[in-house]
Amino acid sequence: MNTIFDKETEIHWCPGCGNFSALRIMKESLTELNLSPKNVVIVSGIGQAGKFPHFIRSNSYNGLHGRYLSAALAIKASNPNLHVIAVSGDGCTLSEGGNHFLHTIRYNPNITNVLHNNQVYGLTKGQASPTSNLGFKTKVQTFGVINEPFNAPAIAISLNASFVARAFVGDINKSKEILKQAIQHKGYALIDLLCPCVSFNNLNTYRWYEENSYYLNSSHNYRDREQALHVALNLENLALGVIYQNDRPTYEENIQIYDNDTRPLFERDLDRKKLEKLVNSFR
Amino acid sequence: MKSEKNLVLAGAAGMGIQTVESLFVNAAKQSGLFVFASREYMSRVRGGINSTAMRISSRPVRAFKERIDLLIPLSDLAIPHLKQRIRKNTIILGEKAFLNADPTVKFTSIEVPFTDMATKIGNKIYANIIALGILAYIFKVNKTIVLGLIAEQFWKKGDKIIEENQNAIEKGYEMGKKLELTNPILKNFEITKNPQIINDLILDGTQAIGLGAIAGGCNYETFYPMAPSTGIGTFLAQNALKFGIIVDQSEDEISVINKALGASFAGARSLVTTSGGGFSLMSEGISLAGIMELPIVIVVGMRPGPATGMPTRTSQEDLELILHAGAGFFPRIIFSPGTIEDAFYLTQQAFNLTQEFQVPVFILTDQYLVDSYYNLPSLDLEKLKIEKHIVKTVDNYNRYVFAVSSISPRGIPGYGNGLVNADSHTHDEQGTITEDPVLRSRMVKKRLHKLELIQKASILPEFIGNRNKYKILVVSWGSNYYLIKEALEIINREDIGFLHFKQVYPLHAMQIIQYLNKANLIIAVEQNPTGQFAELLEKETHIPIDCRILKFSGYTFSVEELVEEIIHHVDKGAR
Ligand SMILES: Cc1ncc(C[n+]2csc(CCOP(=O)(O)OP(=O)(O)O)c2C)c(N)n1
Ligand SMILES: [Mg+2]
Repeated sequence: MNTIFDKETEIHWCPGCGNFSALRIMKESLTELNLSPKNVVIVSGIGQAGKFPHFIRSNSYNGLHGRYLSAALAIKASNPNLHVIAVSGDGCTLSEGGNHFLHTIRYNPNITNVLHNNQVYGLTKGQASPTSNLGFKTKVQTFGVINEPFNAPAIAISLNASFVARAFVGDINKSKEILKQAIQHKGYALIDLLCPCVSFNNLNTYRWYEENSYYLNSSHNYRDREQALHVALNLENLALGVIYQNDRPTYEENIQIYDNDTRPLFERDLDRKKLEKLVNSFR
Repeated sequence: MKSEKNLVLAGAAGMGIQTVESLFVNAAKQSGLFVFASREYMSRVRGGINSTAMRISSRPVRAFKERIDLLIPLSDLAIPHLKQRIRKNTIILGEKAFLNADPTVKFTSIEVPFTDMATKIGNKIYANIIALGILAYIFKVNKTIVLGLIAEQFWKKGDKIIEENQNAIEKGYEMGKKLELTNPILKNFEITKNPQIINDLILDGTQAIGLGAIAGGCNYETFYPMAPSTGIGTFLAQNALKFGIIVDQSEDEISVINKALGASFAGARSLVTTSGGGFSLMSEGISLAGIMELPIVIVVGMRPGPATGMPTRTSQEDLELILHAGAGFFPRIIFSPGTIEDAFYLTQQAFNLTQEFQVPVFILTDQYLVDSYYNLPSLDLEKLKIEKHIVKTVDNYNRYVFAVSSISPRGIPGYGNGLVNADSHTHDEQGTITEDPVLRSRMVKKRLHKLELIQKASILPEFIGNRNKYKILVVSWGSNYYLIKEALEIINREDIGFLHFKQVYPLHAMQIIQYLNKANLIIAVEQNPTGQFAELLEKETHIPIDCRILKFSGYTFSVEELVEEIIHHVDKGAR
């Protein structure tokens, strides 16, 4: 499908990389939601996944390794009319940016966070990532990963993230449905997007993900936090679909400055009368 | 002739010394007295020993002096703490136990039973307010003004508390009267008043920077608390809704800078406020501002380092850090206010300059300036301009287009038909990753050329003295301004001039060389152990700076100390 988000450019990913499907899922979802590139900002960090905004036609902010959620939160807070989609890898989001991941959830900005989870460091050529499975061997982790994997969905739910889902790039149609729900959700939406790395991860392959995942059915109550946490804690058999959702107020609502004036910050001007009054209060 | 008194209050943290300081200084000003106050305090919430120094005068006073004419100790640590500054003729008004704290110190003592008096009013915590009443009497400050300020200060705490505090003022006032009868020397504290200043502003550095930011159109402030800059974040938080400012106490300084830059990308006028340690965490973010060419104003309040150093003390140790922070080359602007007025105007201006040149602009200040205040007639709000330097984008907009001026017109997402792509990699005009050597070199040159533009637009140093007669030149930067100015007034020699820099980088070398060349002896004055600014001057002008007066104890220079040091260096240099 051709979309208005298509960009003619050379794509840097390896042939067969899960990121290609992720890109297609994103472009088609945005198009189907009738969004315009002018009002979308893709924000990313550094890594193979972090290059994402260079391959899509929209506004973009390709910031620092680990710091993209901070930038995304602030872009949305400065102009709530923009659709802010934050995309980056598992290392960027959970290792270098772990603290921002935790705290961004607490703020609940109305942004969509797509975590391209390939369970490895792709760009730096194959070291373990915080989501690598125990025992996963690499050139650095020579006797296998010894650290407990970072369970992003479970942590997000325990911090009462307002939307938590998991999707698998091997299933484009279902993933699109999940992504569209995430974009339409009002508040911080996390998608743990399983996204195989064909160059550096020969454990978590397309086949492995198919064999170790299942779709949640209607018996799952994604409004029930305890049930959601129970589902998310299972890393043996990965649940796909919306795991948890709530209706917490967003950061942009909480800061109140848009209550009586919906204009984004760049359209506003200093109220000189008020400044004069404030200065004179020091007499 | 010149009449002026230096008054010091000292006691433990939590005893209300700052309350007395601010009430007395305001009441004195509203009665027509010129005031200056600065404080030194420990990094503790309770206990320890802190002091505040107030100069009350019949003419403008704007720098810290060591001399103490009147001291009120509110704890037994006060006299030992201030020993070096106490002279035989220093009058110390206090509780017997505090007066006797160190028998080796000689001074003129006047006993006042503060605790007894306070207990009678209802609580011994009123000792500080009784002291305020005594001061009001001795300095002949209008009592009604003091009572009014008390009502304002405590209005939230209810009528009973206001009444007890006002009662403490009355009792202090009566005591002052009594003390003056038995100690005629206290009559000297009546200073000629000037009714023209009763409507002056009183601002400290923190407030001046906060107001400057608001006047610069700041609408996004992120910070993580760290002395001595926390007050600026607090000031803006308290005015946030009134001015539509998003104030965010964020999880750490790394998120602080990255949020500020994200906001700036979306069109906000961003500010971050921090100190050396917190700024160190922002280094990578600063280089991101450099390559993304995003506007950002960074206030760094200096305190002594390395690492945690002395949290509540002062220094000028971080110029080199600010000059070099961040990987790779990119231009930046560094201001360092010398006065409260500078703190306001430079901060205001920083917001326009950062938009114009798309480079980080620093306000490099220190604990001494943010915690000092004096009265000033007014701030000129009429001429203030808010420059946005934003363009509405068109279809084929390229964020990093090679423009004749080297400054690519700045579009922001959602404004116009174009797309805005900001990138942390070396990028092409569109903002897409590139590793092309030719493009890379052009992009570096584009940023380098901005430095030349900034240099040309830089604020020149201020010369004080006789342009035709000076042979000795004192050079300095930042908050030493009034300290040196007053020291040189006291030294009173036509052959000594003073060159003060409030823009410390980039420097306009050609203009500065003219001043340096005329001097036979150049003396740098700085609060760091190596003369960081002197070294920068030498590098930029190739003129050696002959000697340095350096202090790095964590405590500010005093006027007296500078008089001595400057004379010493002048005599030695003229040998
Ligand atoms: C501050 C900093 N440290 C390290 C790096 C190097 N680096 C770039 S990407 C990356 C890890 C990438 O892993 P991930 O985020 O999982 O992305 P992937 O390539 O797997 O998509 C590292 C360590 C960097 N760019 N910046
Ligand atoms: Mg990865």
